[in-house]
Amino acid sequence: MSDVPRFSSGQIGRSLPRLESRAKVTGTAEYIHNLRLPGMLYGKICRSTVPHGRIRCIETRAAAAIGGVHRVVTAADIRTVIAEPYYGPAFHDQPILAEGKVRHVGEPVAAVLAADPHIAEQAAQAIEIDYEPMPAVFDEVEALSSAVFVHDQLKPAGTFADLKHLVGRRDTNIALDFHLRRGDPAKAFANAEQVFEHTFRTQQTMHTPLEPHVALADARDGSATIYSSTQNPSFVRTEIARLLGWPENRVRVKTAFLGGGFGAKVYVKVEALAMALSLLAGRPVKIALTMEEQFFTISRHASTFRIKSAVEKDGRITARHCEVFYNGGAYADIGPRVAQKSGFTAAGPYDIENTAIDSFEIYTNRPPAGAFRGFGMPQLVWAYEGHTDLIARGLGLDPLEFRRKNLLREGRPHATGTIMRDAATAAVLERLAQRIGWGQSFERGRGTLRRGRGIAVGLKAAISPTTSVATVAIAADGSCTVYCGTVDMGQGSTTAMAQIAAETLGLEAEAVQVVAPDTDVTPYDMGTLGSRSTFHMGHAVRLAAAEAKTKLAALAAETGVPPDTNLPVAELFRRKYGMQAGTVVGSGSYLPSYAPPDHATGQTPNATPFWMIGGSAAEIEVDTETGLVRVLRLITVADAGTPVNPRILETQLTGAAIQHLGMTLFENMEFTDGQLRNPNFAEYKIPGIRDLPEQLTAEIVDAVQESGPYGAKGVGETGTFAVAPAIANALDDAVGVRLMELPITPEAVYRGLRRAAGDPLPEE
Amino acid sequence: MTVSAAPMTIRFTLNSAVVDALITPHQSLVELLRERFDLFGVRESCGQGLCGCCTVLVDGHAVSSCLYLAAFADGAEVITVEHLAADGRLDPVQEAFIEAGAFQCGFCTPGFVLMTKQLLDEIPDPSDDEIRHYLSGNLCRCGAYPEIIAAVKLAAQKRAV
Repeated sequence: MSDVPRFSSGQIGRSLPRLESRAKVTGTAEYIHNLRLPGMLYGKICRSTVPHGRIRCIETRAAAAIGGVHRVVTAADIRTVIAEPYYGPAFHDQPILAEGKVRHVGEPVAAVLAADPHIAEQAAQAIEIDYEPMPAVFDEVEALSSAVFVHDQLKPAGTFADLKHLVGRRDTNIALDFHLRRGDPAKAFANAEQVFEHTFRTQQTMHTPLEPHVALADARDGSATIYSSTQNPSFVRTEIARLLGWPENRVRVKTAFLGGGFGAKVYVKVEALAMALSLLAGRPVKIALTMEEQFFTISRHASTFRIKSAVEKDGRITARHCEVFYNGGAYADIGPRVAQKSGFTAAGPYDIENTAIDSFEIYTNRPPAGAFRGFGMPQLVWAYEGHTDLIARGLGLDPLEFRRKNLLREGRPHATGTIMRDAATAAVLERLAQRIGWGQSFERGRGTLRRGRGIAVGLKAAISPTTSVATVAIAADGSCTVYCGTVDMGQGSTTAMAQIAAETLGLEAEAVQVVAPDTDVTPYDMGTLGSRSTFHMGHAVRLAAAEAKTKLAALAAETGVPPDTNLPVAELFRRKYGMQAGTVVGSGSYLPSYAPPDHATGQTPNATPFWMIGGSAAEIEVDTETGLVRVLRLITVADAGTPVNPRILETQLTGAAIQHLGMTLFENMEFTDGQLRNPNFAEYKIPGIRDLPEQLTAEIVDAVQESGPYGAKGVGETGTFAVAPAIANALDDAVGVRLMELPITPEAVYRGLRRAAGDPLPEE
Repeated sequence: MTVSAAPMTIRFTLNSAVVDALITPHQSLVELLRERFDLFGVRESCGQGLCGCCTVLVDGHAVSSCLYLAAFADGAEVITVEHLAADGRLDPVQEAFIEAGAFQCGFCTPGFVLMTKQLLDEIPDPSDDEIRHYLSGNLCRCGAYPEIIAAVKLAAQKRAV
């Protein structure tokens, strides 16, 4: 990527290393993982061993009798400090500790406090819980018609107008249903020359940030500080204050660098339990999950996607019906928003006159699912880009030509009715084709090693409406500090925000200090999620810096300095105050324009502040004797607007692609009767250095997000969208095997090869 | 199962200083280094010796300190990432990791840096395959592997000068 400054201060487009680089290579970077407080207790959790069951009895005496145990806590104890101990961002359905019944294996039922974490853990294992097992439901499609209900009644959070219709709904596992209707799909299907219909499925996976969830709560004298590895400090504060009935200003949430997040650490995870335990103990309490416990805390939705398209013989898609079922597990978390906000893009980056989308968030007795880098998109793109290739092959058309023919181009209406702007979908597709050498002959292999190529493109809408607020302070020596609540979990936001502030103020980014999120210090931010920070917080920081600059100009005028004089800023303060004193503070608040979709039709003139486009092209080699897929080339191309830091951006894209090779080829939470069999790295493999494709590249197309700060937009999730379908399409190209379910394991491929040869293996 | 057992004292060299520590027999080296010596560059993540976040050098060899009992360190020389820039100057491996942009969240970075140090001590000019072999026990969930490979090569060049 080129490194040409496009703006006057030369800070945007600079590939400077992360500002905290030295701290990260010397091991001194701050993580909440490292934090200890005087008098602190450790909280360890006793978890459910059954997927669905009534709690008959919790026997805690043996645990409490262990020397060094401070206290054993159950839901009844939680109720003495929190009257209604249920939390969640969309639904208040998740108990801090299970009450009455458990809904998934691994659900927290009791907790033990001790100064020594080993004693707390030993005591947690000594708690005996007697369950009356209940029938359970695990599959998202079965849950639609099952007589087993995970919750007796839906409990949507009262704050959202668009969830009000769900209040009090009973005897259903559908937490949320979203619908979109455009044109007349029924008529178009009735008149269709050809109809293609497929069902695609994806598996449940886990983010596995290498710093597992950790929260340390310190409640005293009617106020509290929570140190957390959260991506959402402002939300955690609001939610904890709500649970306690306290004003927000008595809850302080602080973060540090996060050892990865990827969506696992959005909204409340372990903070509510840590807070309740600290209130009960009167001492600081730290809860640090193990890698294993993370698997029971949050995950990516398994999904089923039924997709049907009406197609003319010339290859034009005239109608599409999408039915998406997201397996949300036992608690809604942010799943309803996944079903809604990603659901409306389920028809893909195609220009289709008649579209119907029905997207559902389903409760089951699995560990909860929420946001995971793409917010439901990788599941959608997996299905619609596989479907796209299958239609092209069915019609005898080239998959690239078929995409070109149907692509949703600039100025055309999306399925929501929103007119596409600043979405370089065509450029991304063309660049991918060029990079992989589409249409050119290549070595297809021989004998038992066969090669193929595949291509896929995804389109995501940024979640809206969301707000970011920032302040920028100029000290009397002229140095600049940025106060913003964006959490740096590895994506490089600290560096990006420093670059944006520096560009606006005419400074070097290295000279700007960005304060770690602390809700007593940094203003409100909706959260570090959904690739929203560069756009939303970038604007807020830009506006705050611009206001500070205006105030500095006023200070110059006030102190008699003529405009455009190159006087150091420190001199202005000296003139005003007679010494090195004073502060200039600028503030910025950003809320993009947005129009909520119509409840019945999903139509809106303004669905999103910006579109993200991410495509992958893959060349693979299949060993037909073993079914092993080796990825030879993996190319990622994205529209990210104008890059703030091209190098960090490129790393984001390749990193996302590597991460999603895992989801594509081997990662899978495997269950037997609701029991997770592989919640650890020995049995749940994530990509290592040996899993790298031989050639791995990422690039962005030349594009500008006109509404973005300095032309920029988000990119954190973009590299995840299309990896899996590109590889599945390459597999089909190589050996004529089409897999409808992830992951693409050697066994699945080998079974496919045997099926294709008319000699299928017996099913297990 | 009982947690308490008779404590014992060990003596070892930690980052060039001879130290004594009172430990329990079940205690892991990662716990000792973090809780007793405040060396937070050593990190427990998977707890199974599979991710490499807890990598330290014991007598010059990288070990997973989450599985390595503190008792085994008695009489040994232990080096953590904190020692590499103890004089305020970054090790060439650390410089290379910065210049190549070989990390995102940074949680796994000390482990990769120490493993790279052992690699380059043993093979000053490693091939791609040797790099992958040595680093196959370190996981990076952010997926900075391409930059890490570039960093190892850059570090090899820096050390050769």
